Amino acid sequence: MRRTSLSLSVAYSVAGVALLAGCGGSSGQTSSTGSTSTTSSASSSDTSAATSSTTAAGATGSITVLAAASLTESFTTIANDFEAAHPGSTVTLSFGPSSGLATQVVNGAPADVFAAASTKTMGTVVDAGYASGPTNFATNSMTIVVPTKNPAKVDSLDDLTNPDTLVAVCQAEVPCGAAAATVFGNAGLTVKPVSEEADVKAVLTKVSLGEVDAGIVYVTDAKAAASDVTAIAIPAADNATTKYPIAAISKAPNPALAKEFVAYVLSDAGQAVLAQAGFAAP
Amino acid sequence: MSWQLGAPAAVGAAFLLLPLLALVTRAPWRSLPEHLSEPAIQTSLRLSLVCATAAAGTAILLGVPLAWVLARSRARGIGLIRALVTVPLVLPPVVGGVALLKAFGRNGLLGRWLDEAFGVTLPFTTTGVIVAETFVAMPFLVLAMEGAFRSIDPGLEEAATTLGASRWFAFTRVSLPSALPGLLAGSLLAWARALGEFGATITFAGNSPGRTTTMPISVYLAMERDPDAAVSLALVLLMTAVIVLVALRGRWLTT
Repeated sequence: MRRTSLSLSVAYSVAGVALLAGCGGSSGQTSSTGSTSTTSSASSSDTSAATSSTTAAGATGSITVLAAASLTESFTTIANDFEAAHPGSTVTLSFGPSSGLATQVVNGAPADVFAAASTKTMGTVVDAGYASGPTNFATNSMTIVVPTKNPAKVDSLDDLTNPDTLVAVCQAEVPCGAAAATVFGNAGLTVKPVSEEADVKAVLTKVSLGEVDAGIVYVTDAKAAASDVTAIAIPAADNATTKYPIAAISKAPNPALAKEFVAYVLSDAGQAVLAQAGFAAP
Repeated sequence: MSWQLGAPAAVGAAFLLLPLLALVTRAPWRSLPEHLSEPAIQTSLRLSLVCATAAAGTAILLGVPLAWVLARSRARGIGLIRALVTVPLVLPPVVGGVALLKAFGRNGLLGRWLDEAFGVTLPFTTTGVIVAETFVAMPFLVLAMEGAFRSIDPGLEEAATTLGASRWFAFTRVSLPSALPGLLAGSLLAWARALGEFGATITFAGNSPGRTTTMPISVYLAMERDPDAAVSLALVLLMTAVIVLVALRGRWLTT
């Protein structure tokens, strides 16, 4: 091929790739961060991945919900209940650190609903114009978790200041990391964690594997992992709480179903599941 | 050149080049010096360079003898061993990190003994970062060196030993110098791979500023805090990769 034809070919190809990139992503599937979030699909057997449509009985179709890692167990149950109550709907869940999920939304991830573990991370999405009018649907507080054998004999916050005790917390940008810092500040303690993990479930894993002696996670996570770790309560005076807001995303692929899902989370049925998991009222 | 080959080739090249071009053109060039002079960034850059160099050094110390054995041994199971030692090449890095935890973690196969006998723990230490990076980078060196050793004329080594040289002398004075291009290429690749490791280091060594927060982890953190800073850091890593590859000039695919 002559030189001119080759460069023309490259030019056409680059233009072609750019065109393809421009009309991508019309389905409701998620993009999740590589090593930190898990995706689970709570779909019933007779649904198909159809795009949105509204019938008299309520919206159908599929939606993608990005939720904080601490909502893993409760939102999986809620999604299953929602699909049962709305036949013909599919909810795809993607869990991860709220800050990471907010970055995804702001970068154009095709999601319908965002449930964050702090008003700050929801604020990132609202400020960028991707959501409006978030509603708080739950509150959570922190607890210390230790491996079941508790090798470092940790029984209070003060023990975490011991330089020989290995402590893991979440990264500061992640809601549970900010809350951990607040807890230490309230108690007037200086704690040097050996690792700042990407999300709360990663902290839980390090504790349950016995790689660290203690971690700071949400009370709901400690409850969900009761068989793998032991929880040690933090005194109410020192504890930090965080509010969980939920919002439908502005340019959602399926806004009708998204709105119904948000309403379901705020309804008695959704609130009952959250209360069962250990969340406090919003 | 037929269009059936030229067109997909052009698309392939465009696909690989477009992200790199986008990174360079969208980079916040004006605020680049400011981002790069942040103390946290300087610390993670220094840590990354130190750990990658240590990992490459360890890979050379252990990998060159291993490559020699793989190239020269005629034992029965050698093909299986070769396959197994190159597994980290295709293993997802996070999986590597989990495996390292199971081996060298506090409750790991070897880690438990290290902790009980010597009080040595590897996770969450800078040494742990070097261990994780060596794990992912060594196969590159082993592959490059094995190819280089294989391509040496065995007659040269035989001549040396018949003239009275010891095995070690023949290795250091005849084999190794002949395999030098492979050693350079393999070391550079291993170094670059170690520098860019994320999944295995964050899983095994964790994330602690100054001790285990490497450049790739800094980029990940910066994406959530300040995307411009993330792009600046990404540029640094990109430039490093480009320099390494230009230095190698395609000579890393050994015959």
